[in-house]
Amino acid sequence: MIQFYNVSKVYENGVKAISDLTFHIKKGDFVFLVGPSGAGKSTLIKLIFREELPSRGHVMFNGRNTVRMKGRDVPYMRRKIGMVFQDFRLLPQKTAAENVAFALEITGTSGREIKRVVPQVLEQVGLKDKGKLLPGQMSGGEQQRVAIARAIVNEPLMIIADEPTGNLDPDTSWEIMKLFQDINRRGTTILMATHDSDIVNTMKKRVIALSNGSMVRDEESGVYRCES
Amino acid sequence: MEVWCGMKRAGCTAVNLNTLKYFFKETYHALTRNSWLSLSSIGIVTVSLIILGASLLLVVNGEKLTSSMESSVEITAFLNEDVGKVERDTIEEKIKNTPDVASVEFIPKEQALQDMKKSFGDRAELLESMEDSNPLPDAFRVKTTEAESVPSVAKALEKIDGIEQARYGQGVVEKLLTITHWVRLASAATLTLLTLAAGFLIATTIRMSVFARRREIGIMKILGATNWFVRFPFLMEGIILGLTGGLLAVLVVDLGYLSLIKRLQISIPFIQLMTDQNTLLTILGGMIGLGVLIGALGSWFSLRRFLKV
Repeated sequence: MIQFYNVSKVYENGVKAISDLTFHIKKGDFVFLVGPSGAGKSTLIKLIFREELPSRGHVMFNGRNTVRMKGRDVPYMRRKIGMVFQDFRLLPQKTAAENVAFALEITGTSGREIKRVVPQVLEQVGLKDKGKLLPGQMSGGEQQRVAIARAIVNEPLMIIADEPTGNLDPDTSWEIMKLFQDINRRGTTILMATHDSDIVNTMKKRVIALSNGSMVRDEESGVYRCES
Repeated sequence: MEVWCGMKRAGCTAVNLNTLKYFFKETYHALTRNSWLSLSSIGIVTVSLIILGASLLLVVNGEKLTSSMESSVEITAFLNEDVGKVERDTIEEKIKNTPDVASVEFIPKEQALQDMKKSFGDRAELLESMEDSNPLPDAFRVKTTEAESVPSVAKALEKIDGIEQARYGQGVVEKLLTITHWVRLASAATLTLLTLAAGFLIATTIRMSVFARRREIGIMKILGATNWFVRFPFLMEGIILGLTGGLLAVLVVDLGYLSLIKRLQISIPFIQLMTDQNTLLTILGGMIGLGVLIGALGSWFSLRRFLKV
């Protein structure tokens, strides 16, 4: 699904975010990305999503080299990746259902199809009766469920979550994690950057640890440890 | 699922009714969100286009007047009061023998009065008191072979015995030409400045609109919206601003010009304004076209600068 080959990223202001990173993520994997702030987690995610291009090396997504990809192909690639953020990034003036529908409107889905799919997805994330609520009327956990529903509604190959539980209390965090596990069981690859050691240690999934832009650890069923 | 690239694209490039609905909704929201800025953009487009329309009409009318005067430049040779029929024939012969003269026509004083009445139109009654003692002299109307030889022929005519005075539209044609030339230059300069200002203001409006929706744009990018999908509502916003400005300007110029024609017909009937429908439609259509163009270019420049997708 994802291959990094000797990837380095130096920003224009001279900051070295990633240096000589090589790793693969297979289809259906569930991978935690850990490391202190500034270790390069966000840059790694941006490289996959092609918000940034590597300074050196190659990034492959679904068999395609993002460096060689034409600009007009990028949106179609992004539709195959569902993004989930710490701050949810919902549109406050749209209801939960409208936020999910927005992802479908962008891909040109028909109104009938949208009406059919949105309630299904809302039910899948446990918000069956909350489609008409605005984000401001929902709890943080519920808002994150809406964001997850929006991320999966276009049936992506992969979910990238950037600290999805960072703003949530432990109980709610676990509910969200169960949701991700659910999605992963249906075959969707998941890459999750997180600082939550409890979650990483309990879930026993693959862990990639970054420090100063380099990989310091890549373990199957790994644990959260603070490298310095 | 793996062949997403080709399949999904085929479905998305086709213009879709849902997408259109979305575009109209978004454009409407954008226009009402910055209503003051939208109004001032429309206002400055309107003002620029009114100036364009007015100066175009001025130039067109100036040219019409110049050409009608140029083609009618002729010399009127007024005869002395005491010239009799025989002398008149000799004078006519002498005029015909002057170099560069193309034609000579005798205008008796009665006809001169009738011509004058015609050009006064509705106010001809002002001349009625002159019927009894017509003060106008008999005259010859002389046409030259070329317009340039008018001054020299006029001089030669004045030397003939029995001709009191030879007159022609001295300097009027030249003056009109200079005036239209300056009108053209001044309106071109004003128009360029105002068009730039209008384009700039629309670009600013669009920039504000982009700024107000930066969060939404960021989310659209994340969800895989194409550049066109993100840009189109903004482009529409600019075009609608320009189009509205153009339509308002057309309304003002058209109504203003029509009422000017009516007024002039009553007060100065011998000045004929251009009333050709095709020319008028071309000018008005051009104004609307320019309005749309200003709107499209303004928003396009703004999007290129502020909306990196």
